Amino acid sequence: MNPTFSVIVLTVASGAGYGMLAWLGVLNAFRLLPDSPWFGVATVLVSLALSAVGLLSSTLHLGHPERAWRAVSQWRSSWLSREAVMALLTNLPALGFAAAWFLAGRAIGVTVVLGLLAAACGLATVACQAMIYATLRPIRQWCNKLVLPILLLLALFSGVAWLAAALAVAGHSARLAAALGVVFGIAALLAKLMYWRRIDAVLPVATMESATGLGGIGPVRSLESPHTEENYLLREMGYAIARKHAARLRQIVLALGFFVPVALLLAGIVAGVTPDRILLPIAAVVGLLGIYIERWLFFAQATHTVTLYYGRRV
Amino acid sequence: MTSIPPPGAKKLGLVIDLDTCVGCHACAVNCKEWNTSGHSAPLTDFSAYQDHPDGVWLNRVHTYEAGIGPDSRTVHFPRSCLHCEDPPCVTVCPTGASYKRAEDGIVLVNADICIGCKLCSWACPYGAREFDDDQGVMRKCTLCIDRIYNTNLPEQERQPACVNTCPARARHFGDLGDPDSAVSKLVAERGGFDLMPEMDCKPVNKYLPPRRRPVSMAPAEVPRPAGGNSVLRWIDRVLSR
Repeated sequence: MNPTFSVIVLTVASGAGYGMLAWLGVLNAFRLLPDSPWFGVATVLVSLALSAVGLLSSTLHLGHPERAWRAVSQWRSSWLSREAVMALLTNLPALGFAAAWFLAGRAIGVTVVLGLLAAACGLATVACQAMIYATLRPIRQWCNKLVLPILLLLALFSGVAWLAAALAVAGHSARLAAALGVVFGIAALLAKLMYWRRIDAVLPVATMESATGLGGIGPVRSLESPHTEENYLLREMGYAIARKHAARLRQIVLALGFFVPVALLLAGIVAGVTPDRILLPIAAVVGLLGIYIERWLFFAQATHTVTLYYGRRV
Repeated sequence: MTSIPPPGAKKLGLVIDLDTCVGCHACAVNCKEWNTSGHSAPLTDFSAYQDHPDGVWLNRVHTYEAGIGPDSRTVHFPRSCLHCEDPPCVTVCPTGASYKRAEDGIVLVNADICIGCKLCSWACPYGAREFDDDQGVMRKCTLCIDRIYNTNLPEQERQPACVNTCPARARHFGDLGDPDSAVSKLVAERGGFDLMPEMDCKPVNKYLPPRRRPVSMAPAEVPRPAGGNSVLRWIDRVLSR
C-alpha cells in the first residue's frame, strides 16, 4: 500500500495526542499529577493540538476536503465514520476536563470524571482508527489481530513519553511517567516483534489461482497486463518495498522507536530533575519519529489482493 | 446509507465466459466511451495522447496463462465490479456516497457526496474502483444503469455497453437472483464460479470456466501405412531417401 504522508501523520500524531490525554485523565484520577491549574490546561491543550494536527493532516488526502463533515454520518457501518465521530466527541470531555481543573481544582469529582471520560473517548478514537485497518480483508498484513493492540500500545507509549517531557519541562517530577513509558515501550516493542514475525510467517489466503478461478487448469501466470502504464490501482495498492530495505527500516524502527526513547526515559529517571528537561523531550520527539517510520513500513509492507491480478505475490 | 439493504430478489449482474473471450478489449473501450459521457461522466484521462497516459477505466482486460505444457491455456480475463451481495466497499464508506441499491443490487457511488477518501478502493479485493484525480471522487462500474433502464434506447440495446459490444458474445447480462433466467441457467450449465470466494464478498457476477479440450499429442508427421495410390507411394519413397 502506498504510504501516504497525510495518513501516516494522522495515525502517529493523533495516537500520541489521545495517548497523552488518556494518561492525563487516568493519572489525575489517582492524584498522581501536579496540583497546578496551568499545567492541567497546557497539557490537555497540547494533547488536543497533537490530535488536531493528525486530523487536519488527514483531510489533505481527501479529494473533497470541504465535504469532510459528511464523514460523521455513517457510524452504524463504517469504522472511519466512527473514528470521525469519536475524534469530535473527545473534545467535549477533554475541554471540560481542562476547564474544571483550572476553575475548580484537579481533585474534585467533576474533574476526575471528565478526565476519565476524555481518556476513554481518546482511546476509543485510536481503537476506531485501528479497526479501519484491521477490518480490511484484502490486505492480510492489516487484517490481523495484533493491529488493534499495537496501535493502542504505541499511542499509550508515545503519549506517556510526551507527558513525561511536559512534566520535566514544567519542572515537576517525571519519574512515574518515564517509568510508565519504559513499561509501555517494552510492551509495544514485544507486540510489534510478534506482528512482524506473524506477517512474515503466515501464508496468504488469496492466490492468483483463486483470484482468477483458473487454478483448476494449473498454476496461473500473468501473460499480458491490461495497460502499459501504471494506473491508480498500482500506484495506490501496488506500492512495493524491497525486502532488504524493509529489513533495514525495521532496524531503524527498533532503534528510533523503542531503544533510544526507552534508554533516554531510563536516563531521565536516573538523572532526576534538571537533566531530564533535556533528555525526556528528546525521547518524546525521537520516539515519535521512530513510530512515523514504523507506520510508513506498516503501509509499505502491506500487500493488496488486487495486485494478484497483475501477477504479483501478496 | 452505507449499511447493506436486506437482500432483494433481483440481482442484476454479468456472466463472463472465459472460454469465448478473445481479449479484444472492446468491452473496456466501449465502457469508457459510454461512461465518459454518462452517469459517471467525465472519466478523466491525463496525458491521453502523450507519454505515460493515465486515466480512469471501469473495466480492464488481463491475459493469463493457466497450466503447464500441452494442457496450458491462454485465458483473456475482463475484470470489473462484481456488484457483490456483501460489498465491503459500501460498509466502509464514511459518508453514504457508496451504496447498494435494494431494488436490483447494483453498487453505485454518489459522486456529489463522495469525499474522495479512497477507503472503498482499499476495501475491494478485486480492484473494481478507480479514483478520479481530476474530479476528486471514486469511480466504478454502474452496470450501465443509464442504459439498462433507458426507455429512449431500443429494447435490445438496454444492456450494459460492454455486453452490447462484445463481438464474441462472451458477456451476458441478466438477473442472477432468478434461477430461471437465461444467465442463471448458463451459470448452472457451465459451472460458473465466484472470484476469490475466500473474501466472503459473495460476488453477483459469475465467470464461466474455459472448456476442457481433448489434447492432441499427435506428432506433426504421422507415418502412413503403405497402400492406396501407387504414384504417391513412389513419391513418398523418393522423398524418404
